[in-house]
Amino acid sequence: MKEKVIIELKNVSKHFGQTYAVEDFSLRVKKGEFVTFLGPSGCGKTTTLRMIAGFELPTGGEILLNGEDIAQLPPYERPVNTVFQKYALFPHMDVYDNIAFGLKLKKIEDGGKMRHLTKEEIDKKVKNALKIVDLEDYDYRDISTLSGGQQQRIAIARAIVNEPEILLLDEPLGALDLKMRKDMQLELKAMHKKLGITFIYVTHDQEEALTLSDTVVVMKDGMIQQVGSPEDIYNEPNNAFVANFIGESNIYSGTYKGDMKVRFINHTFDCVDEFPKNEKVDIVIRPEDVHIKENEEGMAKGKIVSKIFKGIHYEYILMVGRNELVVVDTRSFDVGKTYMFDIEPDGIHIMKKELTANIYNDAYIDKQNRVVISETPFPCDITALVQGSSLDDEGYVVGPDGTKYDFTDADVVATIGLDAIEILDDDESGIVRGEIVSIIYKGDHYQLTIRTPEDEDFVLDTEYTYDENDLVGLNVKPEDIKLKLKGEAKQYAKK
Amino acid sequence: MRKNKIFSRKTLAVPYAVFLILFVVIPLFLIVAYAFTDENGMLTLSNFSTFFSGGHNINTLMFSIFIGMLNTAICLLLGYPAAFFLAKKGMGFGKATVLLFVMPMWINFVLRTAATRDLLFWMGISGGEHPYLATMIGMVYNYLPFVILPLYTTMTKMDISLIEASYDLGANKVQTFFKTILPMTMPGVVSASTMVFMPTMSSYVISDVMGERKISLIGNSIQLYFDQGLWHIGSLVALIMLVIIAFGSLCTDSAPEEEVRGGLW
Amino acid sequence: MKKNFSLTDFLCKFYVYILLFVMYAPILLLIAFSFTNTKIIGNWDGFSMHLYRTLFRDKEIMQAFYNTFLVAISSAVVSTILGTLGAIGIFYSKKRTKAIMEGIGNIPVMNAEIVTALSLTILFVFFGVQFNFITLLVGHVVLTIPFVVLSVRPKLMQMDPNIYEAALDLGATPAKALRSIVLPEIMPGVFSGFILSVTLSLDDYIITAFTRDTAFQTLSTYVYGVTSKKGTLPPSLRALTTVITLIALVILIIVNVNSKEKKSDEKI
Repeated sequence: MKEKVIIELKNVSKHFGQTYAVEDFSLRVKKGEFVTFLGPSGCGKTTTLRMIAGFELPTGGEILLNGEDIAQLPPYERPVNTVFQKYALFPHMDVYDNIAFGLKLKKIEDGGKMRHLTKEEIDKKVKNALKIVDLEDYDYRDISTLSGGQQQRIAIARAIVNEPEILLLDEPLGALDLKMRKDMQLELKAMHKKLGITFIYVTHDQEEALTLSDTVVVMKDGMIQQVGSPEDIYNEPNNAFVANFIGESNIYSGTYKGDMKVRFINHTFDCVDEFPKNEKVDIVIRPEDVHIKENEEGMAKGKIVSKIFKGIHYEYILMVGRNELVVVDTRSFDVGKTYMFDIEPDGIHIMKKELTANIYNDAYIDKQNRVVISETPFPCDITALVQGSSLDDEGYVVGPDGTKYDFTDADVVATIGLDAIEILDDDESGIVRGEIVSIIYKGDHYQLTIRTPEDEDFVLDTEYTYDENDLVGLNVKPEDIKLKLKGEAKQYAKK
Repeated sequence: MRKNKIFSRKTLAVPYAVFLILFVVIPLFLIVAYAFTDENGMLTLSNFSTFFSGGHNINTLMFSIFIGMLNTAICLLLGYPAAFFLAKKGMGFGKATVLLFVMPMWINFVLRTAATRDLLFWMGISGGEHPYLATMIGMVYNYLPFVILPLYTTMTKMDISLIEASYDLGANKVQTFFKTILPMTMPGVVSASTMVFMPTMSSYVISDVMGERKISLIGNSIQLYFDQGLWHIGSLVALIMLVIIAFGSLCTDSAPEEEVRGGLW
Repeated sequence: MKKNFSLTDFLCKFYVYILLFVMYAPILLLIAFSFTNTKIIGNWDGFSMHLYRTLFRDKEIMQAFYNTFLVAISSAVVSTILGTLGAIGIFYSKKRTKAIMEGIGNIPVMNAEIVTALSLTILFVFFGVQFNFITLLVGHVVLTIPFVVLSVRPKLMQMDPNIYEAALDLGATPAKALRSIVLPEIMPGVFSGFILSVTLSLDDYIITAFTRDTAFQTLSTYVYGVTSKKGTLPPSLRALTTVITLIALVILIIVNVNSKEKKSDEKI
């Protein structure tokens, strides 16, 4: 029975107008599984949950519950129940009526006839649900007299009393304080075991996801980044985003040197992964996989610049050349001193580099010889399209053989290097403006993703500190935009 | 794909929308249509020439605007301090005192105005002898509550710590008032003004009752055309007022106004 | 904090009370002279309830009194139902529809009453509708409906957006969810919208004057009729002022107590 798939999402998408909230989401959930959707806010996790609940209709794909497509079914006809982030208890009803709400509406089959539940049946179920959430004597309490934790329990009781096939939980612990969260986490886990219901849980708290789940689905920008057990996700992150999001980690850019050797932070280390020789890669190192040597020799050395006591261990920041390396260790070392350290070969996680440059496939040239990327014209060096050419007075490109080219509306591929984009604090002063949607620290610099109002992303490297959601302006020098014509130059030759 | 079965709550607004179209939008279009046509339904500008000839109507219009502004200014001058004191903490004024200011609104408007006239008459100020004075007093009496209420609501929502910050940064009481309190209460002032200005210049009841029909405002003109069944020229006057209202609401952002009005209860 | 006597505080209080006194002076004067049988205010002629007797025997006034409340209550009921449904519908509409509907809905609030009145009159004249109770009712609904929408909207905004979804999630149909979950939540707003409608309708003169059947008298048209003919208010209307003030006071106290109870409920 354990292997039975209870719900399957097939290529589910949801877009609001032009923007995608969820894109091509496919997942199978087994009966009795505890699955968590994990990701930063706006990653589409809640939208996915709401599509399963029926509050949003997918714009594409199928949602199969026990093999039947329920994607277009209204919420009140689905055998799933939801625990809402802020509980959504009915304020004008007492605890009992809140829990009994669903039961009173329910019809069951009895001797071939449909009938409502009797008072006694409802009473029994409500009492039982209250018992499960440990609030036996609270039946006639007013909702507003309950603490946040108690309200949360009532919200859970209200959902599970209907014996749903799947229980959906939308950041249910988000409004509780830290201590209460920890307690509730354990209780939820115990409840899941006891009830045997499939749980689908949404959170942005990676620790919560790792603690609770059988399977974690990491999401970003409406797309699944990785699906796996908590151990897999932590130990073998698919990409820099997952590594950065799950747990503390050091992320660097490096080069695979071949023969299980990888070079980053100006040192070459042994590793256990294989990649094509000289490929650019991302490297993730968990702080606990670095071992500081007290006296012996090590692979490299770094100077401790910061030391923070964290209760059971110390957190150090080592400067290795220009790069920062975060290390945790239970032993005490001195700030200001230089130490040797080792990194275990299987502690070096190597990932295919996601992005080496910004590539825009649907750029085109406008009348003023600028390249238009995401509806914004950028000045560029258009003569690069034809080797040895120059611009004449009328703005036409003239080739070395004297041929005139008119590149207006020509489709091109524009490439901008990660270090070629200049970031400006004043969002009005650049060529294009946007909002910082992600920040990844890479040892000696940050990699920022800036999203324009037209939903185009620009990724750049910078040494300066910014915050997520900052509005910034971007500038690119004309010579830093590499252009490649789609098709032949002679198509654009002027007769 | 099956039909979308999720019920849309939007449909609940359909009767309301139909009502608005029938009794708000269409009548306004009719006003515009009537203003540019004659009795036979022919397109004409003769209503304009009738209205603007002789200068009498333009005088009435100008005078109405003047009375409207004057009344707005007087009401603000009287009402602003009152609202400020009412909202001030430690003053001991409860919500009950505020409601006392509002209560005259519960007594019929015509009766209230007539009572004011009787009071003035008893005091020896007869509307027949002092039509302007009597009308102005009637206007202030009637519209003062409309000023106090929005101002009071804005002031109670004002963040006191900003005033304290102003003192802390070295501003004295006068500076604090002009640089902190007044700008912060501006939405209330704007809202109060719109609630006084337009009704004042378009009301004909107060000028009729208080001024014993010796004063004519733009409202009186419309009423006169209405009595005589002159819909077309009446519509033109209404259209002119609509333009003034539209202009006024463009100048003042109407957004904060709703907030202020919602706070009565 | 200083607790001792402060001159500024005293002056502030004095100002507020003086202003209140001046505002109430006309009404108080009328009420005082309603208890004596005299034609002219100022001539006290001993305590008498004579004016009240004439008032209650005056069929015309009593009819107008009844008509006024009939219009007020019926228009408030229509406004409250239409406006509440409208507010809910608009609240869940898309941004654009929402902006348009809210904009149009606010026109009667921004508009001068006389322009609204004239536009409705022209509508009825244009379509050849006889002026009757229905036209008057429509006029009053146009006047009051924006205030119902404006009172209900904040309650919708304060409401936890998830409780409607929670009801659907637990198996309630949309109709059931609106009735048993959303409506109780916005009830205070619906109630104040209703009260506001009644008071606006009671207070109205201009719309009534334009959209009524001329034989149909409400208090405001009646009072306007008699005051514009004679110099001062007919004596029995002084008694009427007392009665209306009393009614207003009672409504005010009921509403106030009601809203206080609700507030203390919320605190528990």
